[in-house]
Amino acid sequence: MPLFDRKDKSRYATFTRRTVMMGGGVSAVLAVLGGRLYQLQIVNGELYMTRAEENRVNQRLLAPLRGRILDRFGTELAGNRRNYRVLLIPEQTSGGVEKALDTVGRIILLTPHDRERILHDIASNKKFVPATVAENLTWEEFSRVNLHLPYLSGIVPDVGETRDYPYGDVLSHVLGYVAAVSEKDMQADPNPVLSLPGFRIGKRGIEKAYDSAVRGKAGIDRVEVNAYGRVIRELSRDPGTPGSDIYLTIDNDLQRYAAARIGQESAAACVVMDVTNGDVLALVSTPGFDPNLFNVGIKDAQWKALTTDDHTPLVNKAISGTYPPGSTFKTTMALGAVDNGMADLVVDCTGSMRLGDHIFYCDAWRIGGHGHVDLQRGIQVSCDLFFYQVAMRLGIDKMEEVARTIGWGAPTGIELPGELAGFVPSRAWKRARFHEPWEEGETLVNGIGQGYMLATPIQLCMFAARIATGNAVWPSVTRVVGKAVQPRAVPKHLSFSDKAFAMVREGMRMAVNEPGGTAYGSRITEPGFEMAGKTGTAQVRRITRQERANGLTPQSKLPWKDREHALFIGFAPIENPRYALSVVVEHGGARSEPQVQLARDILFYAQKRQTAMLPTAYPTNAAELYVPPAGVAKS
Amino acid sequence: MNTRPYAAARATLSLTDKLAEINWGFVLLITVIASIGFAMLFSIAGGHFMPWSAPQIARFILGLGLLVVAAMIDIRRWMSLAYPFYGIAFLLTLVTTILTHGHLNGAHRWIMLGPLELQPSEFMKVSLVLALARYLHGLSVEDVSRPLKLAIPLAMIGVPAALVLAEPNLGTATILVADGCSLLFLAGLSWWWILPTITAVAAAVPFAFRFLHGYQRQRILTLLNPASDALGAGWNISQAEIAMGSGGFAGKGFEHGSQSRLNFLPEKETDFIFTTLGEEFGFIGAVGLLILFAIVIGYGIRIAMQSRSQFGRLLAMGITLNFFFYIMINAAMVMGLIPVVGIPMPLMSYGGTAMLSVMFGFGLLMSVHVHRQVEIPRAAGGLF
Repeated sequence: MPLFDRKDKSRYATFTRRTVMMGGGVSAVLAVLGGRLYQLQIVNGELYMTRAEENRVNQRLLAPLRGRILDRFGTELAGNRRNYRVLLIPEQTSGGVEKALDTVGRIILLTPHDRERILHDIASNKKFVPATVAENLTWEEFSRVNLHLPYLSGIVPDVGETRDYPYGDVLSHVLGYVAAVSEKDMQADPNPVLSLPGFRIGKRGIEKAYDSAVRGKAGIDRVEVNAYGRVIRELSRDPGTPGSDIYLTIDNDLQRYAAARIGQESAAACVVMDVTNGDVLALVSTPGFDPNLFNVGIKDAQWKALTTDDHTPLVNKAISGTYPPGSTFKTTMALGAVDNGMADLVVDCTGSMRLGDHIFYCDAWRIGGHGHVDLQRGIQVSCDLFFYQVAMRLGIDKMEEVARTIGWGAPTGIELPGELAGFVPSRAWKRARFHEPWEEGETLVNGIGQGYMLATPIQLCMFAARIATGNAVWPSVTRVVGKAVQPRAVPKHLSFSDKAFAMVREGMRMAVNEPGGTAYGSRITEPGFEMAGKTGTAQVRRITRQERANGLTPQSKLPWKDREHALFIGFAPIENPRYALSVVVEHGGARSEPQVQLARDILFYAQKRQTAMLPTAYPTNAAELYVPPAGVAKS
Repeated sequence: MNTRPYAAARATLSLTDKLAEINWGFVLLITVIASIGFAMLFSIAGGHFMPWSAPQIARFILGLGLLVVAAMIDIRRWMSLAYPFYGIAFLLTLVTTILTHGHLNGAHRWIMLGPLELQPSEFMKVSLVLALARYLHGLSVEDVSRPLKLAIPLAMIGVPAALVLAEPNLGTATILVADGCSLLFLAGLSWWWILPTITAVAAAVPFAFRFLHGYQRQRILTLLNPASDALGAGWNISQAEIAMGSGGFAGKGFEHGSQSRLNFLPEKETDFIFTTLGEEFGFIGAVGLLILFAIVIGYGIRIAMQSRSQFGRLLAMGITLNFFFYIMINAAMVMGLIPVVGIPMPLMSYGGTAMLSVMFGFGLLMSVHVHRQVEIPRAAGGLF
């Protein structure tokens, strides 16, 4: 066999030919790869650069500091306090999360429920995401954790900010509260700041009504993150804008005094207004609640207690409680009487009167009536018979008109959520509601504030202020929001005559300050500080004919829920009135004039607090701007 | 034929002659490419030699030593070692496959050799090229297409490829088959075999798809539509494309590749290192590297053409094409042209076995170059 044969030549030729072909293939593949590079990097480069940037940069919202709520003198009613927290970073624990929790559990209290929540948080996040172990620790607890820190691997003490209501339940119904964001809130408000963990929004009161103002604007922290979401470094930081501070018209000392005084009743409401400009100086509804509970996270038992209590602590009775006005409505009737030709009306009260088949009684029926009663004395002694006569002469249509003129049946527009409008009946309403014609007897009953009439304490206080000044005063609870002074309406004179106002004011003066007046026993005796007012009693249940015959069941013998409401509206001082007030004591009928005693003390305290203390930072008798509060101008 | 009076023309060469005969330009070229790799490993470690760059440099230096030693060894010695090498590689592959199937959790392609982790399938590729070159050396062009003569090399390719596929390692199996088929093609396999085979394979692809492992099938489906599963199996491809594309024309700059530095890029130090280069040095850098690779391949082809023995030609082409298939599969994979199959970028990707096997291959290539004038009788080839 030859060492080399001719076949070698042929296979070398084949090899060369095919190598060249292979080389061509290699070149083609490299060209394709180059083309793909061109496509990715040159043609679509911009697109991929954007996507790489989106990968790299994470924007984190920074919760803005919530604005404070202050009283008219700058006392902080709702602020922010430091929230001492303990966090746990799972990846930094030595010996596992369980062990770390055991150790820290010896320093601060951790319930099995807490542990469960913490472990759940940890399990649902990456190992470097801190989980909150405990919040709202006392300084002592926080110090203890810090002291033991060298032995607590993975535990990080942290200071955040949380809402604080230093006066607790005193202002619960004015301020409302903040609480965690619910699913519903998120649907209603697309602002992404709501999804921040631990973010709180206003749920009631001023916190709700002015949530957008006190919330502020979220900051943005642009950070570089890696593929696992870990923050590598900060790129830029916009701290955001803290929320605006809100100055209320509330005088915190008066509020606290009124709350303490009203708090002695089991369920009551009281509103005090500056009659010159409608500033609400105090607005109390009792029982209240501690708004801090909702911020920290209310426990089930606490929530249940609040919602099932028949004294309705969560309801702001001052704006959402509607009560039959009782005899306080006689002041309105009296205004209508004077301007409808009854200024000189004198009624001979015998204690009862017959209308058709019904006998209508006066409170004085057992002593044989009040005798000769004119308009002022009718207010002073609260003679029902006098006002039956007024009601009969006015008729229901005129009565409705008079009531609406002074403001009955429409919300006052106070800047708090949940205000109710009260109610004034009419022929048309009764026909629509019951398919029955209006009965004249109903005119009589409604003429003394029973029957269908309903009003809220804030409305009653507004009526008192309007009677005291003759002007259409509107209540308002905010003075300054951020830098904007809240506009105040220039009060317009109401369409009743000055004579009517003067006569009603005199009747109200007599009711408190003349012997025989319904509130004489609880008058202010210090000269120059006297108040004028009108009591009212609202029946909760109908008095039966049998009771009339056998004598009334004493109120104190009735179950609490069946007792009458006790009402009072008034103003002080009598000359140049400054303060108007309304008090409603729910089912307070058992004791003698509890509401008048409250009114006396609160109005006296208000006057003693020196009106000179009113701040000059904003106009008190604002004539600068006339913008009626929203929702009121149209009514 | 060649009567040029230089040392290589002699049948035997002194060691000094051989050292002088090594193509040092080629060595410089691969050193440049490897250095680009070191730089990328340095960059993705955040500007540190540890944990990747320094060990890689050490391996490359070791690899250079291996290259020189391999180049010194006479090509006829390599020819005689071809079957023993193949036998050893085959046994190691067999053992690995069996061991792998002992493990329930699958892909365990490594065996421990003392302190060294070795991936036998890497060694298999070089051994296959050696063995096929030796076998085909003994065959004339006509012989190659004879069924009985053809059956042997087909078995030499097919059996280890099947074993590797069973590991399962689709990427390496593909390269084994590609290497083997290329050598048969270069040896002169008749078009009457080639064209029908290509047709049959093309027709069988849809059926083969069924026999793929779940994860392999998923990779293919993902490739066809990466956005369908952007956070799951499509993540690798999507992030690699973003990284590559965001490099743009000139790149983000050395150590400024956000995708790789922030771990968006998977396997950035091994299979996806080309992407890191593309991100930091852009189109210029990536195309530049491809050009360097093309030059390496060009060198390889020239060395093959200059060899006077069929064994040398086939060995040089086999080594060169093996190198090319690595590049092709890796680059196509990281750019989303083919499914992710786990093939490293030669000289660039972090990893010891791949580096050493590539350098050993280049050593063989150099040996062909050094001994290009050596003529070997046809009878030395064949099966025995």
